[in-house]
Amino acid sequence: MIEAKTLNVEKVRDDFPILARKVHGRPLIYLDSAATSQKPAAVIDAMDDYYRRYNANPHRGVYAISEEATAAYESARQRVASFINAASTKEVIFTRNTTEAINLVRFSWGRANVRAGDRILLTEMEHHSNLVPWQLLAREVGATLEFLCIDDQGLLQLDDLERKLEGVRLLGITHQSNTLGTINPIKAIAAAAHRAGALVLIDGAQAVPHMPVDVRDLGVDFYAFSGHKMCGPTGIGVLWARRALLEAMPPFLGGGDMIKRVKLNEASWNDLPWKFEAGTPSVAEGIGLGAAVDYLNGFGMDAVRAHERTLVDYAMERLQDIPGITLYGPRDPELHGGAVSFTLPNIHPHDLATLVDREGIAVRAGHHCTQPLMDRLGVPATTRASFYIYNRADEVDQLVNGIQKAQKVFA
Amino acid sequence: MDDLYREQILEHYKNPHHFGEITDADITQEGDNPLCGDVITLYLKLDDGRVGDVRFRGRGCAISQASASMLTDMIVGKPVQELKTFPTRDLLEELGIPISPARMKCATLSVNTLRVALNGDSHDEED
Repeated sequence: MIEAKTLNVEKVRDDFPILARKVHGRPLIYLDSAATSQKPAAVIDAMDDYYRRYNANPHRGVYAISEEATAAYESARQRVASFINAASTKEVIFTRNTTEAINLVRFSWGRANVRAGDRILLTEMEHHSNLVPWQLLAREVGATLEFLCIDDQGLLQLDDLERKLEGVRLLGITHQSNTLGTINPIKAIAAAAHRAGALVLIDGAQAVPHMPVDVRDLGVDFYAFSGHKMCGPTGIGVLWARRALLEAMPPFLGGGDMIKRVKLNEASWNDLPWKFEAGTPSVAEGIGLGAAVDYLNGFGMDAVRAHERTLVDYAMERLQDIPGITLYGPRDPELHGGAVSFTLPNIHPHDLATLVDREGIAVRAGHHCTQPLMDRLGVPATTRASFYIYNRADEVDQLVNGIQKAQKVFA
Repeated sequence: MDDLYREQILEHYKNPHHFGEITDADITQEGDNPLCGDVITLYLKLDDGRVGDVRFRGRGCAISQASASMLTDMIVGKPVQELKTFPTRDLLEELGIPISPARMKCATLSVNTLRVALNGDSHDEED
């Protein structure tokens, strides 16, 4: 077995300008990368360079800087395609974010393929972005929603998967839970779904930034993720889908760039991937995402995952010693991605987050856009610490100190 | 860290005033912040146009629950007509700590619930 390359965290930290700043007089300890990651200078510079040197509308200009903008934007698509092992750049649709990518599938594939009486199977741990679009589609066409349940460690209960897949048109499932950190066994689930005749859509917002993802090896049909959680900018996301599906799907948004020939009463569609990209795209953001992919490739995603695994393992170990704490999510670090959720008796997550913020520590408190999961866990909210390549074990120690201080305040 | 949550807030949170229910309340009003999970129920017993008695139940963060406790102290015995326009800033002054925009919903849950209880809507006089 080849050992994953180890991250040099101090060197990584030098790449992130924001980590030099102080918050409330303390060094920033950023433990909210599951919400959005920080950005390395390489990404900020790539976007800055576009605006300063070759800002132009891509795809149509016949002049030099438009051609440069087109080349940079499409080269970013190429790098994203390689990053997730897509068969072709034609399968990589740029969207605004994961949410828009999922809604693209809802409006385009969903409206054309999901009928009254059909079933859509989701899970109890889905982010609202992979739940509400399907509620809306189900209401629109008369389909029904079914859910895979979780056990007390936040693992999907798959004993009744075959039964629940009966009559299902689409299985929508998160690759890694943003709240619990659970890494779901997508490959096996997708195979079962296909045997049952269902298509599989993966919310990969928490997976692509943190582990190697090979969409073809996973054997799924749609895979959505966001740039801003993987060192890239906001405003750019990706829908990957199998080419045959995309070819058959009607357009999503209509307008410029997505057409081939337009007459007053009709139009024909552009080739993939542009058929699904109406209007002037987020050029700087696409270029920024390309730079983010290059940056992550410099470490290798195995090294990123190994680093986070070590941090989560350490965080679970340190946190479980805090009196009264309830930790959510899998105990097996192999199944637990870089997010740890917990609650404390007598301290509401919002109070805890406010108090540790005074120590410069940024953690998230709330329902994490997973209200049904909060209902399932029986809590109104949790505190979540989430990690990335720039986090160190001593930041976990600082968090534990902060929690202990907060407990003294509330004692 | 210690000075952020003043002793008074923590005291109200740990030992809330007027905590409980009024079984024959004239007005019972529930309020919640679905985004935070903070929830309170306000029970008002009226007496000759005034708040004769008030109780509340709730759960949530210290800011939301302490502010509810403080509010009950501020409204008991007061004329209902006057309380219909109870100024949010009075409660914020009583809390006495800077409330960040993200925590404002917590701090104002109780006074918003009072407003709904007395006016039938959540119209905020400062909007």
